Amino acid sequence: MRFDALAAVLLIPLFAAALLALLPGYRITARLNVLATLATFVSAVSLFAARPQPGPYLLVDDLNSTFIVLTTFVGFTTSVFSASYIGHELENGKLTPTFVRFYHAMYQMLMFAMNLALVANNIGVMWVAIELATLTTVMMVGIYRTHEALEAAWKYFILGSVGIALALFGTILIYMAARPAVGEGLDAMVWTTLIKRADAFDPALLNVAFVFLLLGYGTKVGLAPLHAWLPDAHAEGPTPISAVLSGLLLNVALYALLRFKMLLAVNPAALAPGPLMVTLGLVSLVFAAFMLYRRRDIKRMFAYSSIEHMGIITFAFGMGGPIANFAGLLHMTMHSLTKSAIFFAVGHVAQIKGTQRIADMGGLTETNPVLGWGLILGVIAIAGMPPLGIFMSEFLVVSSTFARSPALALILVFGLLVGIGGLFLRLNTIAFGEPRGPVATSNASYLPLFSHLALVLMAGIYMPQALVAWFQSVAKLLG
Amino acid sequence: MRGLDFDIAHLLAGTLVLISFLQLYQDRLYALLNIFALHALVLALSVAWQAFIQDAPHLYVTAVLALVFKAIVIPVVLHRIIVKLGIHREIEQVVGVGPVMLAGIGLVALSMVVMLRVTQDADPLAREDLAFALAVVLLGLLMMVTRRNAVSQVVGFMSLENGLVLAATGAKGMPLVVEISIAFSILIAFIVIGIFLFRIRERFDTVDLQALDRFRGERR
Repeated sequence: MRFDALAAVLLIPLFAAALLALLPGYRITARLNVLATLATFVSAVSLFAARPQPGPYLLVDDLNSTFIVLTTFVGFTTSVFSASYIGHELENGKLTPTFVRFYHAMYQMLMFAMNLALVANNIGVMWVAIELATLTTVMMVGIYRTHEALEAAWKYFILGSVGIALALFGTILIYMAARPAVGEGLDAMVWTTLIKRADAFDPALLNVAFVFLLLGYGTKVGLAPLHAWLPDAHAEGPTPISAVLSGLLLNVALYALLRFKMLLAVNPAALAPGPLMVTLGLVSLVFAAFMLYRRRDIKRMFAYSSIEHMGIITFAFGMGGPIANFAGLLHMTMHSLTKSAIFFAVGHVAQIKGTQRIADMGGLTETNPVLGWGLILGVIAIAGMPPLGIFMSEFLVVSSTFARSPALALILVFGLLVGIGGLFLRLNTIAFGEPRGPVATSNASYLPLFSHLALVLMAGIYMPQALVAWFQSVAKLLG
Repeated sequence: MRGLDFDIAHLLAGTLVLISFLQLYQDRLYALLNIFALHALVLALSVAWQAFIQDAPHLYVTAVLALVFKAIVIPVVLHRIIVKLGIHREIEQVVGVGPVMLAGIGLVALSMVVMLRVTQDADPLAREDLAFALAVVLLGLLMMVTRRNAVSQVVGFMSLENGLVLAATGAKGMPLVVEISIAFSILIAFIVIGIFLFRIRERFDTVDLQALDRFRGERR
């Protein structure tokens, strides 16, 4: 039998989940977890070499292969981080071996669900996959079973389910809109068929469907004012999950939204989805930027920073056009790498200090220089300072917006500046000054942290021509 | 088209909306669960009727699932849970009955206006089904926001899902994938909810979410 990369991307995590649920012993399972995510990443890369034909359920094209490679890569590096993080949690008794087993199985289920959502050609399957991803993360957010963790998980569960329910209603409406043009049955839910015939759909029905999808999947993207679950879920769950949530799951929800945006773009009579996304994006950006100032919990602060950046990305895709789409894709990639790197650093910091309170951390550069400077570099990157990758993408978003509508660009720049101020204010407390809180050395593996930062730095200084051409072709696809 | 088929489908979908209204003002958990069971029963009838008139036998599966899981198993289990938790005599009310009912009427009007306007070309049966379904979904949402008790929020969520099933079955010829997925997700959702309720109980001795709210947001 030939090696089927598409099947591998889905089946490896699924089998790994079953296996990890059964195997006892932390050392073996943590390594197996790393191994499985590595194998998934390798299969994802091999999708570039041999691309399968789109079927009624699965599809691989330029757009989603970008997402899949990013997802599996960050999934792999996070599993390396998770191995040392979870080991520490076992030592200090915050997790029991049974829960670690459960955690690893859920981690692989989440990877499966995200990959399935990305390769789904059927909008029903895509919805199921995103629901599965939501449920697995709910379980993981509540894994510490403290007051706060349970409340965060409950809130995430309720708000996530409402979002998912609205998205399903939107999906049903898309089917209703497609039925007269495509005919009854499976075809009317297959995305490749829909995009070919979308010009014949009833525009009014398509509009209402998109509003539901935007609200539904927008909740999962964490767009304000639908973001209420996000800071709690990030703050209370295990840190590897915060990294995966911020770096990957938000992207997957946004990807679903982009697919439907492409459908609407084909139909000339339907409403332009751009302005809606631009508005939600800007609201999220400005709101989250201000919220950065009052944060006392370090993970909560970076969760708000994720809302801010998802706002920028949604804004860029809402503006549309080759340059803004390019900038949006680049920003999304850079944000995933940087934010997960920050959470890797934050996870170790919080373990050393035994708390997530910013006031109880201080002088990290003195006590733990490697970790401290890693965190500083990450925050500098996420704030969008040159010469790192996020500077590049933010610059592109801002400059392309200035060319088209200066008023929007002003709001954008205002939000960005407010955000930078908030981040640096807190960074000063954490990284410099008198050391505060317990002092301990960390036996963490710094490889995931610094490999992400190196990639972000490299993208800021020099991007290979092939990568630029690739992003350009995807940007064109997005219209 | 406008024969008996249509009238019965219309009657059942309309009844579902009415039962959603009944749920809104139940302040005792037992009564709420009983009304929810009724809601699921009517849904099962409605889905079965759709299966009959659309000549789509796979929809009977959905109908049976609705009947067994939602109308029987889940209410029974939730009954047990609330007895175990000792909250079956509790009375809860966050917002007054009047404002909630008015808001509910507003939401129904909204869904009629929106759905009937955008689906002018669709066949009347699917059209009205969709409008009723949206009304049920929105009433479920309203219930979730006006309640503080975890059990009643869950009931709100499940009646919202009932609305989605109504919409999915009303959309003629929608592939089986979706029906399975809906049934499946309800199942999973229920497991998750069950676990949550027990976990919450372990920690708090109450499922009143107001108790949880003390721990919200920034600590200290």
